[in-house]
Amino acid sequence: MSLLGDRQQLAYIAAQAADARVNVELETEGMTLNIGPQHPATHGTLRIIARLDGEQVLWADPSCGYMHRGYEKLTEVRSYPQVTALVNRIDWLGSFANEVPFILAAEKLMGVEAPSRAQHIRTILFELSRIANVTLFLGDLGVQLGAVTPVFFAFRDREYVLNLIEGATGGRFHPNFDRIGGLKDDLPAGFIDETRNVMKKLRGFCDQIEDLLFGNEIFQSRTRGIGVIPKDVALQYGMSGANLRASGVDWDLRRDQKLPLAYDKVDFKVITHPDGDSFARCWVRLQEVRESTRIVDQLLETIPAGPIMAKVPKIIKVPEGEAWVSTENPLGEMGYYVVSQGDMGPFRVKIRSASFNNISITPWLLKGVYVPDIITILASLYFILGDIDR
Amino acid sequence: MSSTTDTPTETPRDDVRDAEIARVCSALGTAVVDSLVKPNDDMWIRVTADAWRSTGETLKSLGYTYFGFISAIDWLPSPYGRGEDDPTAPPVERSTVIKQGYAGGDTRFQVIARLVQPFTTLGINIKVDVDDSLMAIDSWSQVFAGANWHERETHEMFGIGFNGHPDLRNMYLPTDFEGHPLRKDFPLLARMVKPWPGIVDVEPLPGDDSEEEGVAS
Repeated sequence: MSLLGDRQQLAYIAAQAADARVNVELETEGMTLNIGPQHPATHGTLRIIARLDGEQVLWADPSCGYMHRGYEKLTEVRSYPQVTALVNRIDWLGSFANEVPFILAAEKLMGVEAPSRAQHIRTILFELSRIANVTLFLGDLGVQLGAVTPVFFAFRDREYVLNLIEGATGGRFHPNFDRIGGLKDDLPAGFIDETRNVMKKLRGFCDQIEDLLFGNEIFQSRTRGIGVIPKDVALQYGMSGANLRASGVDWDLRRDQKLPLAYDKVDFKVITHPDGDSFARCWVRLQEVRESTRIVDQLLETIPAGPIMAKVPKIIKVPEGEAWVSTENPLGEMGYYVVSQGDMGPFRVKIRSASFNNISITPWLLKGVYVPDIITILASLYFILGDIDR
Repeated sequence: MSSTTDTPTETPRDDVRDAEIARVCSALGTAVVDSLVKPNDDMWIRVTADAWRSTGETLKSLGYTYFGFISAIDWLPSPYGRGEDDPTAPPVERSTVIKQGYAGGDTRFQVIARLVQPFTTLGINIKVDVDDSLMAIDSWSQVFAGANWHERETHEMFGIGFNGHPDLRNMYLPTDFEGHPLRKDFPLLARMVKPWPGIVDVEPLPGDDSEEEGVAS
């Protein structure tokens, strides 16, 4: 693999040198290319203004805000239980994962801890939303590169996971299931067996995608060595999640942070890749889906009995204080800084979403790349528009 | 420099964070106005506005290389309450007394940033008072590249300037938008024109006799 990698690297350098020569010999004219706001490659309404010299990007500037909904302002006029309905819509592909850090922050301020059964089920649903989210990424990745088949597999297999989430919570996309002190409801009958089956199917899906996509020569040559982010740059920009681990940083909040979730009861690997290129980011995500299915399988074995709700008052008032809780969401580190002044609703909530930081690297990263690579780089960074704009 | 630790009688001690805050405070010296450790939770420091940029540089050299976020807090109590007033009724008089949060403060606006030591996940929240007449502090964009966008967002949402920032364009709002939406005195217009139907929101707990269920709304 390293031999192939070297050869590809050489080919890429040679191609770049040839292009540079052409650029010297030919007078090229600058041109501004508008990608988006409505463009299939931007997964929503992100607009990228790219200044080109021939095929090469001189500078690129993402323009956000087409989907800004002002959730930070809205939380100030909602009560704590009502906020979960809002934050569901931040990263809409992994909605349940958005609720958890907010609820944990509120619980931390109140000094409440959910019973272990609730923590366990929370973790299961958290991982299921990660699987649902990243599955779609893996399918969509192919579409960005002109391979249409994987996306159908992805939609088919994601549906199994969404059915599980719907069965447990009542909502396919926006469960709104997490409560301060526990969960709204217990798991439905048959959930455990069905989940086990689905996890098996999902592992099959991972194998299939790996066969179809990751071994493909075109896929490799379009992602390897493209969009390389070194470790220290990634940290400076506050990148997180698979993007950070693909730059060789061995850091996963599920493992490294102590939170009232059930991650300390399972054995899982944190996947890293030393390369930091587009391929590494995609590969890390693929492996993470596999690990997530393993986590879910282990958690299903050990769901403790007991209540799913701690004793909390009916009308929730959160004592004065400030709390920061962040979790390892499908897209990266998602955190809430909650300021409470003893009211029924939060005084101020700062939502630190993963995509905002992850995408803020694009002006740096897109400088000097070629136009087709913009698409692969953006696809491999993996952002959700709602998660950037909030 | 005063060190206040939140220690009710049987609170567990947190030697790691106590040692860490001592290290940070001694490195920053007179820049630190106040500091707070919540055992097994988090650390807060408040620094002077003059030392804001050097604080970032010092913390970075102390190992806080992971950039979390920058934002601001407007401590003024909202003149509109929680948006639950009847829009047809005369406006309600509300207290304007500012109640500051952890690590104190003297001004209405505070900028808050969070940095983390990678691999230990030891994080620190840094607050700084923003003078009401200046409404600007130094920029961190030269220290942490990721601060660039966060400062743009803070600038448009709170109207706080960042000296030395390369490009304080609006992040989300149109260029000609007037006002700063996350300030407490910026009204949430949707609530101004129509009463909020969600004031009563009590959901029966599981296991409760749920006779009220379905009656709400």
